[in-house]
Amino acid sequence: MREPERDRASRPPSPNGGPRIGVYVCHCGLNIAGKVDVQAVVDFAATLPNVAVARDYRFMCSDPGQDLIEQDLRDGLINRVVVASCSPLMHEATFRRATAEGGTSPFHFQMASIREHVSWVTADADEATEKAKALVAGAVRRVALHEYLEPRQASVNADVMVVGGGIAGIHAALTMADAGKHVFLVERESTIGGHMAKFDKTFPTLDCAACILTPKMSQVRSHPNITLWTYSDVVSVEGYTGDFTVRVRHRPRYVIEELCTGCFECIEKCIHKQGKFDDEFNEGLGKRKPIYIPFPQATPSVVVVDPETCIWFKTGKCPQTCVEACERDAFDFEQQETFDEVKVGAIVLATGFKTFDAARAPEYGYGTYPNVYTSLEVERLLNAAGPTGGEPILRDGTRPRSVGIIHCVGSRDERYNAYCSRVCCMYSLKLAHLVKERTGAEVYEFYIDMRAAGKGYEEFYDEILKEGTHLIRGRVAEVTDEAISPEEEGRLVIRAEDTLMGVVRRIPVDMVVLAVGLEPQSDAQEVRRLFNISCGGEGFFTERHPKLAPVSTFTDGVFLAGACQGPKDIPDTVAQAGAAAAEALAMVDRGYVMLEANTAFIDEAACSGCKTCVGLCPFGAIAFDEERKKAAVNEVVCKGCGICVGACPSGAAQQHLFTDAQIFAEIEGVLEYV
Amino acid sequence: MSEAARIQTDAPDRARPTAERAFEPKIVAFFCNWCTYTAADLAGISRMQYAPNVRVIRLMCSGRLDPQFVLAALRDGADGVLIGGCHPGDCHYQEGNDNALRRFEVLRRMLRDLGIEDERVRLEWISAAEGDKVQKVCDEITEQVRALGPLRLSVPRRVETDETPGAPAPRLVGQEAR
Repeated sequence: MREPERDRASRPPSPNGGPRIGVYVCHCGLNIAGKVDVQAVVDFAATLPNVAVARDYRFMCSDPGQDLIEQDLRDGLINRVVVASCSPLMHEATFRRATAEGGTSPFHFQMASIREHVSWVTADADEATEKAKALVAGAVRRVALHEYLEPRQASVNADVMVVGGGIAGIHAALTMADAGKHVFLVERESTIGGHMAKFDKTFPTLDCAACILTPKMSQVRSHPNITLWTYSDVVSVEGYTGDFTVRVRHRPRYVIEELCTGCFECIEKCIHKQGKFDDEFNEGLGKRKPIYIPFPQATPSVVVVDPETCIWFKTGKCPQTCVEACERDAFDFEQQETFDEVKVGAIVLATGFKTFDAARAPEYGYGTYPNVYTSLEVERLLNAAGPTGGEPILRDGTRPRSVGIIHCVGSRDERYNAYCSRVCCMYSLKLAHLVKERTGAEVYEFYIDMRAAGKGYEEFYDEILKEGTHLIRGRVAEVTDEAISPEEEGRLVIRAEDTLMGVVRRIPVDMVVLAVGLEPQSDAQEVRRLFNISCGGEGFFTERHPKLAPVSTFTDGVFLAGACQGPKDIPDTVAQAGAAAAEALAMVDRGYVMLEANTAFIDEAACSGCKTCVGLCPFGAIAFDEERKKAAVNEVVCKGCGICVGACPSGAAQQHLFTDAQIFAEIEGVLEYV
Repeated sequence: MSEAARIQTDAPDRARPTAERAFEPKIVAFFCNWCTYTAADLAGISRMQYAPNVRVIRLMCSGRLDPQFVLAALRDGADGVLIGGCHPGDCHYQEGNDNALRRFEVLRRMLRDLGIEDERVRLEWISAAEGDKVQKVCDEITEQVRALGPLRLSVPRRVETDETPGAPAPRLVGQEAR
């Protein structure tokens, strides 16, 4: 094999001599070896220029596999490493560590992805082997040109931020605050608590949701290490791993938070004697005044004025009885948005979910028939603090004698969401129990499959069966008010195929409950961009690895907790919040992070001072020295995208680990042997 | 052996010796680390089978793509080049994909001047969730390039290189550098 002259010419001086490359081809059990002829790849690698050692091993990521690399480096056989195995996104860090252990720069390493990019995606074994050889050749050609780089460190800010004050955010914030970290908890609504605060009971134990949640909420409020910012949102995030600068906007609530004691005298004395406007917390089933508190245990216990409905804001003509009633002079109708800027080392995102909009499935009649409810509405009806004081009564004030609960509304349905929302089966069973307990109604559940995987869930399902709830297996075709028998007159009829009996059934009921699925928040895309993370196809935030890094993201220092990552019940949400808190703590407590080496740099001799790069850098990392007419990269600010490098007309801007020479070498390598 | 000669003698040997498989296109792909490379990993994890002709080179950002990479790949024996980046507005580095798009449009005009068909060089936005799009695009470009046949440049593929020590890259000379 020929080694082009210019490779030698452009090779930077290395403290441990010219390149002697070790190539290690991983079998990954049968994941690679089942398709790729590993021996042929090893034999091929041995013929490549500068390759001193070529070996294969069943699992390169195992300790014996890594030992192979370290031993060859220590024995002086090699000074560069190529591992042909899985994706670098999976094990690059592992093998860099092994390379460093062997006594050289961790960046004297290159990976060839012959699993994700070859064995798993190629049908033909011969073609797979050839492609693997090409990728190995590319890596070998490239690693010969890798510079000797020292790993860089950056210090980590000690404080942390949690975005979202549902049960996930609350748990993560408390965990980190208890560990002695200062936590900024940012919540968009006027109170923390999230969806869990709306529930009456929780499955499968039927604990009262408020009884287990509100103590945690008040702990957040009183914790010396937590700064709670409600009615606030994150508007910008700058900086990088370990050193984020986050700007938070506080929306005006027209009441000074520090002065309000939560006596609610002002609500009592509002010029509106009765609630008049749809109460968001009660899903619009109740009415509130323009000055209100979402629910009695709201945290912080501070009232909010809604300028959209307040007479003073709308007309400027109101006797301001609320202001009169306040003994603390807590009102400030001139309040404006304010901003805070904080520096944090890690961020936990716990922004939660929204429920499926039932009106999108018109066959179920939501919005057409008044007695069709969503499950979240029924949660409020069943809640003692809800609009009916915990009585599941219909809009006309009567009690339902029979209730139908329809599962999988918006879930497991290719028209809306293909995924299972995981919680609906269990909460539907819970609602069946509660409705039956409070009204004695006959309850019919229409399900596709009963998914009761979880501790105590199957037992709970058995309990509900024993209580006499009717379970009908089959997706509901429609909900209609067209009666074909006297019994159906004036009622809603649920038409469904009972797939166990093999007949189409019509069940007349007084109330229909739609078990709506869980969806990403409507602004998940904006939030994702703000924090520089990604979303899956369905719109939930993507974790770094589905199994081994379920709470980290591709942006180091940003962690995920709860249903923003995918549908989850409360136990899983709390477990994940704890995990996210622990990982954030691990990063912040260590005090430093290792930075990627792939920053840009300027070859001053080649720089013509054209300033093309200066304006292109999205992070303002390139300064121009007017005296010397040369550009200079601030490596601390540089994020390593290489945009400036691609644009530099004279090849003066370069990127560590992605120099032009390295990429040209890789291009040649992958094409050399095909 | 000259590059051009090697391409004609070595390339088709391994392919099944049927007439329609005689020409196997070689495609070099430049994928950004955050979206398209991750999507290719997802295609792998999901075991989506696609044409083995595409060889992926990872860049941190599609904005790193120097148009010379494309020219070098075509010179060194590629019959097509695929560039993958994050969707507009989704760039991990804010706007690198915008830069890639602008450079690509200029490059495309130059490639036309060189007589290189549009179908041979393609820019695609593929998010980390779109493993199926990696599969689809790799299959498509392979078939399109297969239909076009091998790339034949009117200038020799192997050209003079700059021998200056420390020179970052070989420079294209002659017609290609126009």
